[in-house]
Amino acid sequence: MRVLEPGLVSQRVISEEIEKIHAGAAAGETQPRLDFPPYRSAILCHPAGDLRHADPEGAELAAPVFGRADVDSGESDLTIGGAGEPIGERIMVRGRVLDGDGRPVRRQLVEIWQANAAGRYAHQRDQHPAPLDPNFTGTGRCLTDDTGWYSFTTIKPGPYPWHNHHNAWRPAHIHFSLFGTDFTQRMITQMYFPADPLFAFDPIYQSITSEQARARLVAAYDHDSSQHGVLLGYRWDIVLTGRHATLMEDGDA
Amino acid sequence: MPDLIATPGQTIGPFFGYALPYPGDRELVPRGSAGSVRLHGYVYDGEGNGVADALLEIRQADTSGAVPAVPGSLRRGGAGFTGWGRAATDPDGHYWFSTIEPGPARPGSAAFLAAAVFARGLLNRLFTRIYLPADPAVLDGDPLLASLDAAERRAMVAVREADGNLRLDVHLQGPRETPFLSFPGHLR
Repeated sequence: MRVLEPGLVSQRVISEEIEKIHAGAAAGETQPRLDFPPYRSAILCHPAGDLRHADPEGAELAAPVFGRADVDSGESDLTIGGAGEPIGERIMVRGRVLDGDGRPVRRQLVEIWQANAAGRYAHQRDQHPAPLDPNFTGTGRCLTDDTGWYSFTTIKPGPYPWHNHHNAWRPAHIHFSLFGTDFTQRMITQMYFPADPLFAFDPIYQSITSEQARARLVAAYDHDSSQHGVLLGYRWDIVLTGRHATLMEDGDA
Repeated sequence: MPDLIATPGQTIGPFFGYALPYPGDRELVPRGSAGSVRLHGYVYDGEGNGVADALLEIRQADTSGAVPAVPGSLRRGGAGFTGWGRAATDPDGHYWFSTIEPGPARPGSAAFLAAAVFARGLLNRLFTRIYLPADPAVLDGDPLLASLDAAERRAMVAVREADGNLRLDVHLQGPRETPFLSFPGHLR
């Protein structure tokens, strides 16, 4: 008989809750549920009321602008910040940021943060007793290029335990923060790695009820971007919600 | 080429604090500078507890109603007013910005700051507006505010404090829940 930490339910309870919600979900949901009790922190942090329809105007139609004054090119390589080499599997994650019409999001900010190879964040409140890596903080930034491509060189993050329920482990992931051309396209999400055995158990990943939609968060191994003797490549494209502003300057609107 | 259906969001989680905040993130203009205003408040959960792991971003026009399209938000001091800022809440759930009061998007319309809210426990970002306090006739003329009842409207209009500061609390849930917004572009 396993001893459960007081206040924490078992994985079986969480998995049954997830299964029940998925069974009752309409096909084709594309975004996570906000009201998703298997993720215990969501119980008090989701609005109970429906979202109100609004037609965007003014500042909502214009994302903030970032440029070379904001981001150094070296900030896209998370492996070079320390005196030595970080520990772990060196990877490159690259892909395109597109809007809902397939247009590239150009020269826009992408921010990432992640745990190290042992599954530990360089954050003072991360209490997971895995080692910190003095050569890895796990934060990066870049601007997309003129065709919407971003690229980061980093270390594959480790899975880590958390206190949602007994024996809860987050699948390995990288947090991504993204801007579009409208402020209404602002989003934060998490990128996962292919075939992670923890997917089925994770209430954050499973808060998206559609398997097809969940798959949009999983990068693909990309052998063409692996570098001989150096690193393994992953490809992950991001599609933002539709934009509202008409972009006269593009000439492709 | 992906299928052009929007990539799902996920929670910001509890560990963004060493990654997203940066020096000057909440000071769109320097604190105490001429014309500046302090916009502040708390982010509350459904039991009225302050949410310590929340992040607010604001996007706004300048005093003339024009929305700046200039870089420099991550390294303040160069380009001037960029119209965008970011503030994480403190352990009590409190946030603040130093900014200027935006002009309206159209002459005579209600002026507001656009806001995005992220938090541990919140599985996707939420959008809302922070309206400046104004004559009731001006607020009545705003299509969104006109669609809300009195309590909901109060939840979206900042309060002018005695010292001139603006106060707006974000209630993620509960009887004073903030109205959160969906835009047409979110439908697919």
